[in-house]
Amino acid sequence: MSSETKQILTTDGIPLEVSLKKAEKKNKIKAFLLVAPLLLFLVITYIFPIGDMFMRSVDDRMVTNMLPKTFKAMEKWENLDELPPEEVYRGFYEDYKLLAENQQHGKLGQRLNKEKNGFNTITKKLFRQIKRKKIDESASLKEQINKLHKRWRDVEYWQAIKRTAPPYTASKYLKGMDMYFAADGSIAQVDEDRRIHRILWLRTLEIAFFVTLFCFFMGYPIAHLLATLPMKYSNLLMICVLLPFWTSLLVRTASWMILLQQQGIVNDFFVMIGLVSDDNRPEMMYNKVGTYVAMTQILLPFMVLPLYSVMKTISPSLMRAGKSLGGTPFVAFWKVYFPLTIPGIGAGCLLVFILAIGYYITPALVGGASGTLISNQIAFHMKTTLDWSFASAMGLMLLTGVLVIYWIYNKLVGVDNIKLG
Amino acid sequence: MALPSYTETRYRIWHYIYIAICTFVFFFLIAPLFVIFPLSFNAEEFLVFSEGMKNLDPDAFSLRWYKDMIYGTKNPWGLAAKNSFIIAIFATIGSIILGTLAALGLSSRHMPYKGIIMATLISPMIVPLIISGVAIFFFMAKAGLAATHTGIVLAHIILGTPFVVITVTATLSGFDHSVTRAAASLGSNPVNTFMKITLPLILPGVISGGLFAFVTSFDEVVVVLFLAGLENTTIPVQMWTGLREQLSPTILAVATCLILLSTLILVSAELLRRRSERLRGINR
Repeated sequence: MSSETKQILTTDGIPLEVSLKKAEKKNKIKAFLLVAPLLLFLVITYIFPIGDMFMRSVDDRMVTNMLPKTFKAMEKWENLDELPPEEVYRGFYEDYKLLAENQQHGKLGQRLNKEKNGFNTITKKLFRQIKRKKIDESASLKEQINKLHKRWRDVEYWQAIKRTAPPYTASKYLKGMDMYFAADGSIAQVDEDRRIHRILWLRTLEIAFFVTLFCFFMGYPIAHLLATLPMKYSNLLMICVLLPFWTSLLVRTASWMILLQQQGIVNDFFVMIGLVSDDNRPEMMYNKVGTYVAMTQILLPFMVLPLYSVMKTISPSLMRAGKSLGGTPFVAFWKVYFPLTIPGIGAGCLLVFILAIGYYITPALVGGASGTLISNQIAFHMKTTLDWSFASAMGLMLLTGVLVIYWIYNKLVGVDNIKLG
Repeated sequence: MALPSYTETRYRIWHYIYIAICTFVFFFLIAPLFVIFPLSFNAEEFLVFSEGMKNLDPDAFSLRWYKDMIYGTKNPWGLAAKNSFIIAIFATIGSIILGTLAALGLSSRHMPYKGIIMATLISPMIVPLIISGVAIFFFMAKAGLAATHTGIVLAHIILGTPFVVITVTATLSGFDHSVTRAAASLGSNPVNTFMKITLPLILPGVISGGLFAFVTSFDEVVVVLFLAGLENTTIPVQMWTGLREQLSPTILAVATCLILLSTLILVSAELLRRRSERLRGINR
């Protein structure tokens, strides 16, 4: 028998197994080469830049590069509760003089001022002294600088400089959660009345959650109706879902702005049925109400389409069987139909939630101050304050949240099961 | 949906409540779009229905906002429309080429690391636009492509390819690979096989993916807001600016045109979907 298990050879005399592996490998390379252009393109233009965002968000090399001699000298500063030794003063003076010559000293003052209030004044004072050449470099610089301002004699200011030494910092992430590094390096909370970011994160979650909930309660019945009606009616009704889906986001937002304005049709209607008086029309735009209403309508198709595609596959005979076995229509629905739709519910809810959590345009237009989300804050820092590293940090925090949800989505439904229309 | 005659009264009531809810939701979905039509023909400058319009007085309607849209002096819509179409067309072509190639590779059963590569390729669809916007802006700024058409086209290719990848992969899942083997055994080279056999069969998927890519690009505003200079303004950017500053009826005229365009796209997408399902042998 053993002689028959001899290797099978191809006509070229190569063992079949080797030949097959070779062919498989060739196919693998072929398949990979087809994907390669897009993969390469995305990695260069998209994946790396997201990594770049991370580098920007933790990058704190500005001061590190500006004050090399200071930080070198600070290595010898042992007792941090006392003023640093003469070498540190000399190092700082030399670094600062160089910055002043290159017109970079203002940047340093501003950056240090962020670390500890009051730096801008005392660095400017030092700058004026250097400009007037009033500092004698051969004498003790420690004494001369200390004489300039009482803050130079305060050890806390020197500690603040030392804190900016590491080239990387997590402070932007802490800022995004309304926390900061205190003077002794521990993490402290921002005063209660200044915790704006935490409110925004919570509001983003709240709005995304309720929009998902509204979409579910509105989407489930109509998906069910679309899936159970005969084709000729359901195709017509499907247009009501697909037309908004294909229509420009800005057009839909514009129509809500018209509907919800104080003299708008919704308010007209409320006045007509006597819900509100004509001179007391409620403000429905530029607040949370506007954000909720507009976002629900805009995201509703993303709930209906996955639900519909799942419900379409459920045979109507299952409900009939449930009823014939003695279940009331409610029991039959709850015990038979509903569990079968759970994959669709998962897909729809997570899709809507992911989209809602990163929404930008609609909240910015109809949200006003109380209806804006974390994305609006990111855009604000990108465009207005130009604090790009902070915008990057908040963007990455948001991204982490979305990726966690995406991961759950993938586990529950599978990315391959996304259906479009 | 007629109820059987033996239905109990309380289920009858439930059924009518259900129908009422559905009617309300459909109304909620579609009605906002129809507000725009009549108001875009408003003869006055206000965005509310005037007394004349409520009484269907012909004088209360006019085409002045459409005239303003097309002929208005210092009007950005012409430039914006030109840019929008140019950018969307090139972005669609790019998305279709890259996306279809990638989908062909991904559908091969020999493809290594399929899961992670698929996740990477469709990530631009999952990552919130604002983050994509920031990341792409950093790249384009470094590459010197900010405020250029090329930069915006590349950005829209990033955002558009996931749709092509998904639709073409779905079409290929029902694709019978023995036909390409038959072509090969008859002496056709791979390129010829693709052009003559594979492409015609997957064309509905490619085109519907292309439609998604086109609409994504045509409607995209977040990334363009980061990238565009004055020269590269697009229709959505103009609408965004208009809606933020002052809601004028001209915007409604543009919006009406956009709704007509989306109706056109909806119809073609539906026709394609049906054709593709017929070809894949799915009977519903």
